[in-house]
Amino acid sequence: MKFTWFNLMPWPDMPADFREQHRSVWVDIPSSLFDPARANAVYHQYMDQLEYADELGFDGIGVNEHHQNGYGIMPSPNLIAAGLARRTSRAAICVIGNSIALYNPPIRVAEEFAMLDCISGGRLVAGFPVGTPMDTNFCYGQIPALTRDKYAEAHDLIMRAWAEDEPFAFDGTYNQLRYVNCWPKPIQRPHPPIYIPGGGSVETWDFCLDHDYNYSYLSFGGYLAGKRLLDGYWERVAERGKDESPYRAAFAQIIAVADTDEEAEALYAEHMLYFFNRCLHVYPGFSDPPGYRTIETIKAGALDQFRAAMQKLFANTTWAQLVEAGHIIAGSPSTVIDRMKDLITTLRVGHVFCLMHNGDMPDWKTRHSSKLFAEQVMPALRDMWPEWAGDDRWWIHPLEDRVRPEATIVDARADASIPVSSPS
Amino acid sequence: MIDTASHLRSVTTARGVTSDVVVFGADGAPPVVAFHGLGGHLAGEPTLALLAERCQVFAPVWPGFGVDGGEERLDDMLDFALHGADVVVALELLGERPHLYGHSFGGMIVAEMAALAPELYGGVGLVSPAGLWIDEHPIPDLYSMLPFDFPHVLFHDPATAASVLTGGIDFNDPDALTGFLIANSRRLGSAGKVLFPIPNRRLSKRLYRLGNRCRLVWGTSDRLIPPVYADRWVELLPQADVVMVSEAGHMAPYEQPAAVAAALAELFVAA
Repeated sequence: MKFTWFNLMPWPDMPADFREQHRSVWVDIPSSLFDPARANAVYHQYMDQLEYADELGFDGIGVNEHHQNGYGIMPSPNLIAAGLARRTSRAAICVIGNSIALYNPPIRVAEEFAMLDCISGGRLVAGFPVGTPMDTNFCYGQIPALTRDKYAEAHDLIMRAWAEDEPFAFDGTYNQLRYVNCWPKPIQRPHPPIYIPGGGSVETWDFCLDHDYNYSYLSFGGYLAGKRLLDGYWERVAERGKDESPYRAAFAQIIAVADTDEEAEALYAEHMLYFFNRCLHVYPGFSDPPGYRTIETIKAGALDQFRAAMQKLFANTTWAQLVEAGHIIAGSPSTVIDRMKDLITTLRVGHVFCLMHNGDMPDWKTRHSSKLFAEQVMPALRDMWPEWAGDDRWWIHPLEDRVRPEATIVDARADASIPVSSPS
Repeated sequence: MIDTASHLRSVTTARGVTSDVVVFGADGAPPVVAFHGLGGHLAGEPTLALLAERCQVFAPVWPGFGVDGGEERLDDMLDFALHGADVVVALELLGERPHLYGHSFGGMIVAEMAALAPELYGGVGLVSPAGLWIDEHPIPDLYSMLPFDFPHVLFHDPATAASVLTGGIDFNDPDALTGFLIANSRRLGSAGKVLFPIPNRRLSKRLYRLGNRCRLVWGTSDRLIPPVYADRWVELLPQADVVMVSEAGHMAPYEQPAAVAAALAELFVAA
């Protein structure tokens, strides 16, 4: 099993009456709620936590891209990842990912991801989401009915740019480039592991299987709600005659660990409710612009998680309901181990994105929960898939002799004196 | 009295897109090609039925709005305008200089068609056309609206909206709801190629070419594209006149069909 410590980077100061006063945490959230001076400390705290997760032994540290979003102050995950690449040298840097249809031209993603792979010594996991309608269509103005086509073209361009060693011309519908010449190139060949975050589009499954990419189901509904979609995915894997390595799939889960179940509720309930009540308050009109979802997906009944019904559910939820429904996995280490085992086997996943910082959780609680998970939960889950123990097809392959920034920090502080040459 | 009963034709354009065309009225009357708005053909198209008392009306179903496919072959404004012209050709109306009528999204297409090839057409009747943008008067974002927002935005009298917009579908029936969602996604998804996120594909740069007789018809309570847009159209089309229709919103052709049909007939029969 691989565990990636994930921080969505929510804004921690949304008012208690946010839901009543504002229609959406996303797209048209009043930017007057954002305090840049406060963000100075918030960004550093969140990046410190990601670095702490590296020290704790999480396999990966994860960031993602959202725009105009109260629960994600990370429009450029690559900036955060660059910082992490300089302050860590072990964990995978999981950028899950860049909404490649939004970059103009998308060769920018090929370049920046290659930079991250080089700086990190080959530790990049590259995520290519289609992007949510909120980010892609309403914030960044992409035409819903053309978003998937533009995404597919961006994907083809990036992968070819990484693969080719000679400049080539690219005559796309959305991108016309006379000289595509990716410089720099990523360390990992033929490319870094590719993760495709999907919400439930059936076409995404085939796309992942066509290219042997990891399918990452990211939702806040928890594993019980996620089972239906993952079941559909695994059925498709079988139909396509692919092997059933659990490492083909990843799942994001909100997790909170304390010494006891009671302590978990006492420590974390208010922050979880902050997340579900305020952070997930998304105006349903932003969640499903006509044309974004394919007809096949609508027919399959794959409704998005920001529908009005879900909004009502989250508005009045309680800790007990969140735990019971599996929206969160929380409690003592033994409770969390039991439920994580259930998640891992129920969904058949080899990767879990652990959402360990949630809502307005203070730093010490985040660390407390993360440390308990790393020290007492992770070891009990490591060998859940012994028959696939050596399967590293969807994981990083870093350089053995990569630069280790924590060891070279002395070099960075060195003065400019002329080196004393050694005796010959 | 001309027979205004409608019948269905199917045409296939040179591009290979097949579309149903509802034909109102009898042969021999002045031909009008009528392009619908974002709802497609609704409520029996009362304005077209009335217009057919004096004209023969050909009302094509836009790709994505009917049972035929083809929307995947139209990507941008030029594709849309050429498809409109291709339908006119497929209807074998080209030599007759048919009049053009368009409502809302259909008005945007008609204006583009006429700007591209004004000599092919007679009069141009536009009811609350999309296609222009005024920063001081932003058009509300239809693509983020929830279904219960539509009646107030689109109709002078929201109470009349339900039967027009949904055709009496029972949303408690899951199959009916799924069918509606699919149809709605196809309709607005296709139209989004020229309407999203801002319904402005720089038509204003091309309207100088549109020298045809032109009439703008606008509901006084249009809350989607407010009447101030009529003034902007006239600035760009100095030969156009404006007929305001009271007790009508953006859906004037369904709320006040007699007034809208009369305004259009006056233009087309005199043109």
